[in-house]
This record gives sequence, structure tokens and C-alpha cells, in this order.
Amino acid sequence: MSNTINTKLLILGGGPGGYVAGIRAGQLGIDTVLVEGDRVGGTCLIRGCIPSKALIHVASKFEGMAHAVGGSKDGIGLSAAPTLDMARTVAWKETVVDKLNGGVAALLKRQKVRVVNGWGRFTDAKTCVIETADGELTIKAETVLLAAGSVPAALPHIPFGGDVISSTEALSLPELPKRLVVIGAGYIGLELGSAFRKFGCEVTVVEALNRILPLYDDALTRPVKSWLEKAGVTLHLGAKAQAFENGELVVDKGGEILRLPADKLLVTVGRRPRTQGWGLEAMGLDMAGAFVKVNDRMETAMRGVYAIGDLVGEPMLEHKAAAQAHVAVENIAGQSRTFAPNAIAAVCFTEPEIVSCGLSPAEAEAQGIEVISAVFPFAANGRALSMEAGDGGGFTRVVARKSDHRVIGLQAVGQHVSELAGEFCMSVEMGAVLEDLAGTIHVHPTLSETVHEAALRALGHPIHI
Amino acid sequence: MGRFVFKLPDVGEGTAEAEIVAWHVKVGDMVAEDAPLVDVMTDKATVEMTSPVAGKVVETHGAPGDMAPVGGAIAVFEVEGAGNAKAEAPLAPTRQTADPRANEVSHAAPAAASAPAATPARTSGGDFAFRLPDVGEGTAEAEIVAWHVKVGDVVAEDAPLVDVMTDKATVEMTSPVAGTIVALHGDVGAMAAVGGVLVEFATGSQNSAHPRGSGDPGRASSPPVQEAAAKPEPTAPAAKAWVPASTGMSGQKQAAVPSRAEGERPLASPAVRRRAEDLGVKLSYVAGTGPAGRITHEDLDAFLASGPSAAPAQAASSAYAVREGVDSVKVIGMRRAIARQMQEAKRRIPHFAYIEEVDMTEVERLRAHLNATHKDRPKLTVLPFIMRALVKVLPDYPQINARFDDEAGVVHRYRPVHFGVATQTPQGLIVPVVRHAEALDLWGSATAVIKAADVARSGKGSKDDLSGSTITITSLGPLGGIATTPVINHPEVAIIGPNKIVDRPVVIGGQVVVRKMMNLSSSFDHRVVDGFDAAEFIQRIKALLENPAALFID
Repeated sequence: MSNTINTKLLILGGGPGGYVAGIRAGQLGIDTVLVEGDRVGGTCLIRGCIPSKALIHVASKFEGMAHAVGGSKDGIGLSAAPTLDMARTVAWKETVVDKLNGGVAALLKRQKVRVVNGWGRFTDAKTCVIETADGELTIKAETVLLAAGSVPAALPHIPFGGDVISSTEALSLPELPKRLVVIGAGYIGLELGSAFRKFGCEVTVVEALNRILPLYDDALTRPVKSWLEKAGVTLHLGAKAQAFENGELVVDKGGEILRLPADKLLVTVGRRPRTQGWGLEAMGLDMAGAFVKVNDRMETAMRGVYAIGDLVGEPMLEHKAAAQAHVAVENIAGQSRTFAPNAIAAVCFTEPEIVSCGLSPAEAEAQGIEVISAVFPFAANGRALSMEAGDGGGFTRVVARKSDHRVIGLQAVGQHVSELAGEFCMSVEMGAVLEDLAGTIHVHPTLSETVHEAALRALGHPIHI
Repeated sequence: MGRFVFKLPDVGEGTAEAEIVAWHVKVGDMVAEDAPLVDVMTDKATVEMTSPVAGKVVETHGAPGDMAPVGGAIAVFEVEGAGNAKAEAPLAPTRQTADPRANEVSHAAPAAASAPAATPARTSGGDFAFRLPDVGEGTAEAEIVAWHVKVGDVVAEDAPLVDVMTDKATVEMTSPVAGTIVALHGDVGAMAAVGGVLVEFATGSQNSAHPRGSGDPGRASSPPVQEAAAKPEPTAPAAKAWVPASTGMSGQKQAAVPSRAEGERPLASPAVRRRAEDLGVKLSYVAGTGPAGRITHEDLDAFLASGPSAAPAQAASSAYAVREGVDSVKVIGMRRAIARQMQEAKRRIPHFAYIEEVDMTEVERLRAHLNATHKDRPKLTVLPFIMRALVKVLPDYPQINARFDDEAGVVHRYRPVHFGVATQTPQGLIVPVVRHAEALDLWGSATAVIKAADVARSGKGSKDDLSGSTITITSLGPLGGIATTPVINHPEVAIIGPNKIVDRPVVIGGQVVVRKMMNLSSSFDHRVVDGFDAAEFIQRIKALLENPAALFID
């Protein structure tokens, strides 16, 4: 006889969608149970964004020191090469993860959300059976919010296991691989590949398409590509991974067969929604391709069942899931909300970084929108120059509708540009026009001046170019 | 005191429902016997319903634009004596308790007071109304594709009820409650308005005191935890939900929509969007005065202050000011009937047009003479002469004086000639009928045409006055133009459209002379009328009109 609890709201998944939903539900006074199979925080906090950023941070620091060996142009000199204890790096990264995980757990507790640790499986749309450490627990809920997230996609002919790893394992390697081969030149593969290169590994990237980072246009990816080349990352574009045998990845590059020796093979060919293993099939929901189908109120086809985050569609991003969590929970609380953002920005923590919000000039033209577009190079920005960020080909670009100057896109590539995302999103979401950007005093000396200058340039009167 | 339920009587042969056009009474009014209650319109006629009893109006069912089924209750009276219904079995407890203002505001919210009791079961009391939720952005109505339930069915929560189709998708609506179906509104193929009642349930629960379904027309289903959870920020009352679908009266001015491209999302900051959502305002109907048409808090204030017809705040003093805004007029009532009829005619009938010129000099001379010498009689227009010519020629062309039942594949050829006379009225185009034109002389025809036009313009025509024509004449008189391609009055097969008479130079016997010329436009249903016959038919008419004496010779 298993235990049964009844609740108003059951949230499946404690990732950035689920835990934000839990906190918001608590604020709204909804009796909520959150089921999480691992630790609260989800892919992003535990095995994604945050740990990878920690690793990238250490890698960049290490690379800077390695460059200083024997003296560098900015005057720093080290008499011996820096050393790296990967186990300690990973342990430090874990402290960051633990801190965030603990923080999320505390926030949920403060809002009186009951967190059940265990693997949930729905037996019907409103009933979930949880395998917990203390036995089976049945939860009956009036409303259900699905936030099951996503999992790394595997290649069918090169399954995960052994030296074939996903991003999850790559973030917790006890020691550095000498030779790392990465399949997939999307943002995850390139972020991690670049970091391991900075640690001194030999890194080779294999990509089936003829270009890196297919979500971004050529102008934005060019500085990344040139850094990869300069840093000695081997790129095989238009190359298809065939098999992994005897520690070698067999690659077909336009008919030519390459054998790439790899101590670790990192497969980053995308992520797929986690639609299996928790009883989705018993719930009777409609699907939209691989994703659970929802409307703009985040309602599924079943009354009282909501879904958010990676489970419901692209882009699979933390901040999208969190925003959808707000919409779903407020609707559950009887408010009327729709998920209809003007733009969902994305950041790529490669070297250098890329940030993109809204439409690129080409995307706008494809939609039949006549645009004004202007770029401002980091080479002409004082702050960029003063932190050695001026010569990587970085720039900020503004895209505005020609007819009324409404800003419909902002992009940048360059060191530290991820922090420009705030102004980008705010401008697009508020419906700013070029004159708004031009009329806002931007602080000197900061990278944000490039936004101001790009807007001025779009209006035909830049100052510093 | 008793209750008297007034049910919509049979308003014409084969009519299953009628559209409510206007109410003459409201709840609380005292009415005398035979006082006008409501105007309803069928395909053919608008009929004024009068009160069968004297008493106090306690309920009205249906707002203008709603369809009321024949036999359904449309009004309830409190009368002296027993009445015809039991007071303890009120017809619509839901509406009475749910929204006491429903009747007062029925002009603004057709969804609030709903259509009618179609079945006896309903008198036992439907206590939950399932309304068509907002099924997609910008969708005002959806077509009913298939019913999964019928009256009397007992359904479980989440059971499929009905499939509806919008422009974009077919959606299966599931039941928000468990209960017994007491009424379905709309047949397969009918258009259902968003917010309109689709299904009425008897749930036998506390729903009658708390009718969730009638609260919010724009929501698919009430969130189940709403009651428990809504304490910090209560749900915006539905009364504030200003979506034009619920205000769409014929001719009523809608929100002035800003100059925004079709399908483009309104531009507003997240704070403004959130406030609008709380207020139940759709930003697509709010004009934006900010840069790039951005909707500001002030724009939203202005919209709220002036209701749904707010215009953008523009200082437009110049004669050359840019005009903004779109008036969205719901096509209902007469306009919908016309639209449907025209669409049907053009869709079903392969028209061909034939235009010939007729020398009307002799007819005009005769007409002037007759009008001058018979001042005591109605003034003759050209129309009686044309009618006379048609009446004489039609017996030789029975396929033209006909109605084609294309579904049965039968052409009904008529021996009498019943002329439809296309008439412009304040409500729109109406085609009253002049019956047995073959038995009318010139003045008889003239009188009948005048009478028919009066009947049409008064809007009080009976079904007989407005249906049964066998061929139609459409004349725009002095506006007649050079040529027209008239639309056949389905299911007829021909329509004749005389154009205006003008002095034109004509060559007769090698001489250029001025003659009174008139073009005669006509359209025929090519399925049953051949071009050759139609041409011959018109030539015969031309010959008669050019030699008017022949009009009166057998």
C-alpha cells in the first residue's frame, strides 16, 4: 500500500522551468509539490550553463597565464608554465553548483513548495507515481505542470558510453584528455571544445554542415572561426562522423576518409525533449513533432495540464523556460497571461562571445522587412582596446525597420559581449526605435558605447568612425 | 401570478430558426397584449413579434444577431393568472443568477444572454454553459465540424464534445464538466462566435450558483485551482473583457485600429502588455501613439476611457490630416443574408451576361403620351413596359421563367410570371415579388411595383411578399450606367437589368439621328439556358420595345 498525497499543483522537473514555477506558485499561495529525479536546478545549474561557464572561466585564466610564460606584451611574465589539477578544477566547479543548488532548494522551501526526490511516472494525466528512497509515493494533482526538460541527443551509430561522452560527462572529467574530438560545431561543442583547447588539449571539431554555429550569420561567426584557427583547433567542416573504433573516429569528409585519434569523443549534436521515461504516453497529450504541444498560455491539449521549457519547443534555453514558468503558473492561479515575447536572445560563450537578440538583417529581409543595419567595430571602442578585446574582429550590430526605425534586432560578437544582452533585450522588448538608443547616454568607457555608436551610425551620424 | 413563456412561432415554411434583429422590450418592462416584442428575420422577411399576453417581461433570450430556433423560448413574462409555465422551474437559472445584468447589457454582449431552449430537456434546467473559447489569435468565429455528443448524453469531464474549425486548424473541444447535455447550439457547418454558448449542461452540482462557464468568454477552461490560488491577484472580471467579438453589432463602431500591418503584433512594453492582459484588453485593438506605433500606458488609458471605439489621440485639424483606423463591422442580419445569397448565387451558378441596345424612342413617346393623358392614374415608368414585354415573350422560353433546384436536378418552369423587383432599402438589397404579372396591365404593373417597393422598404414584408419570384428585374433607374452584369437571384435562372436611357446618335437609313437608346443587360444560368436561346429571347424583347404597339397585340 503506497502513500498518496493530494495537491493543487504538481510540477514535474526541478530545472529552471520547474523550480521557477514552484517559487512563483508558492508566492501565489498554490499548494505545490515539485518532483525532481536528481537535484533541483536542472540541466542548466547542475550540468549545463553554470558548470560550463565555470570551466570556461578557469580555462581562460589558465590560457592567460600560459601566454605569460617568458613574458607578454602587457608586461606580465611567468618563469614557469602554469599547472592544472583538473580534479581540483572540477571540485571547485562543484562548489559553485552546490551553492546554486542549495540556493534553489532554500528558495523553494521558503515558498513552502514540497520537493519530492525521486523518479516520477504518470499513470494518467493527474496522477503520478514516484519512486523515492522511502518507497512508492502516489501524487494526485488538480493541475500538472510538466517541465521535464531535455537530454543530449545521441548519434545512433556512436552511442554514449566509454570514451564517447556528452556535455554532462565533459564537465566532470577527472583528468584532461590529451586528444579531444568534438562532433558538432554548435554552441555547446564549440564552448567546451574551446575551453579544452585553452587547457592545452588537442581539439578537433567535426561538423556535418559547411559552417560553424549555424544559428548565427557569417559575420557573427567569423571572429569565432578565426580564433579557433589561430588557437590551433582543427576544424573539419562538411565532414560526417561514421564510427568510433579503436580510439579513432572515422570521418567521411566529402569522400575522403579521415581517422581521428581521440582519447575522449564529445558528441554535441543537439538536445532532444525528454519525452520518455515518465509516463507521457499515459497522459493523452497532443504532440507537436518531438515536443509537447502547448498554446500561448502554456496549456496542453489536456485541461489542467501545462508544459513549459525544453519540453515544448525551441529555443531550448533557460531563460525561455523560466519566462514560460511565470506564464503557466499565473494562468494556473487564474490570471490571464500569454507567452508572446518580441525576442528571446541567445548567447554563445565561445571565444569570443556572441550575443544575438531579434532578427539579423538577412532574417528580416527574408520576412520582407526593409531594414537599416549598422555595425560598430570594437577596434574603435576604448574600453575594448583597454582590455585587449579590440583586435578579435568584434562588433555590435543594430537592425532596425526602415519605415519607422523600430529596433528589431541587436547582435554582437566580441569578448564579454554576453553582458550586452540586457540592453539588447530591453530595446527589442520595449519596442525602442533607433532614436531611443541614440538618445540614451551610454556610459564611458564601456562596451555598451558600441550600441550607441551603432545606432548613431544607422541614423547616419556616428562619432567615432 | 404565473409565468408565461413565449416561444418563437413558426415564421415561415421550412424555417427552423430566425435571427433576432432588435428587441423592443427589456427585462422589467410592462407590456400590453399585442405590443411589439422583438423583430426576427428569416431568410426572406423580417417579422415583428407581438406579445400574446399582458404582463411583465422577466427574461429575454438572445441578443441581436443570435439565431433563435423555432419553438425555443425567447421571452418569459410574469402574468396575472396561471401562465403556461411553472415558476419553480425557471427556464434559465444560470443566466438569472450568473449575470443579473445580462439583459441590460445584452446589446453589448450577445454572448451573455444566449439562445434559447431548443429542447424540452432544457426546461429542466441547464446550469452550465460551455462557450466557444478563443481558439486562435484573431479568430472571431469557428465552424462547427462535428458533434461528438447529442442532447441527453451524459458526458464525463474531458470527453470530446465538438470539433470546430478555424482558418488554421480543426480543434477538438472537450467537456470542462461532467454532466448531461441539455442543449446544443449550432448545426454542423454553422459558424459559432467566440464566446457564444455551444453546449448547455445539467451538472446537478453547485455550478448553478457558480457558473464557471459563463464567466469568461475568452478562456478554454477554468483553471482548476483558480478558487484556491487567486488570492493575491484576483482574476479580472469578465465584464471588462473588451474584445470586439462581444460587441460586434451591425454597424456599431468598433475599436479604431491603428495603422498596423495585417497580422503584425502590436508593439507595447511588457508592462503595458501585462496591464492589458489583466484588464482583458486585446492590444490589437488599441491604437499606439508612441514611436513606431508603440502602445503607451496613456494609449491604454484612452482606450479604456472611451471604450472599444477609442480613436488614436490625434490633433487632426488640417484637411490633409492622415486618416487612421479601421471600423470592423460584423456582417450580421440583413447584410449576412445578402452576403450568403450572393455568395451562393455566384458560387453555384455559371453566369453569362448578354447586353443589347434597345431603341426606346417609341416607348418613351408612348409613355409620355399615356402619362399626359391619364393624370388620374399612377405615373408610368419604363418598368411596366419591360415587364409587359417579358410577360409576352416568356411563354416561348419556358426555360428562362424558371427556378432550378440544382440539388434535385430539376428545373421548375413556371407558367405564371412572378417578377422579383430588386429594391434598395435602408437595410440593404431586398427583392419583393410582383405576382402574376401576366395578369396585370401597364398601370396594374406600375401599382404592383410601387406596392412591392413600399413593402420592402417598410421591412414588414411577409414571406409571400418576398419569395417565390420566377425571374428578377434589377433597375438602377437614373444610376443605370451603360452596362451591368447582374447576379441571378438564386434559384432563378435569369435576371434582366435595364440600363439608363440616353440620347445617342444612331444611323438609320444612312442618316445620323438622335434616338433614345437604352442598353438591356441580362444574366442567365448557363446550366439550363443556352446562349442562343438567351440571345433570341432578348432580341424578341428588343423587337417588342422598339415597336410598342406589338406589346398589346396577341
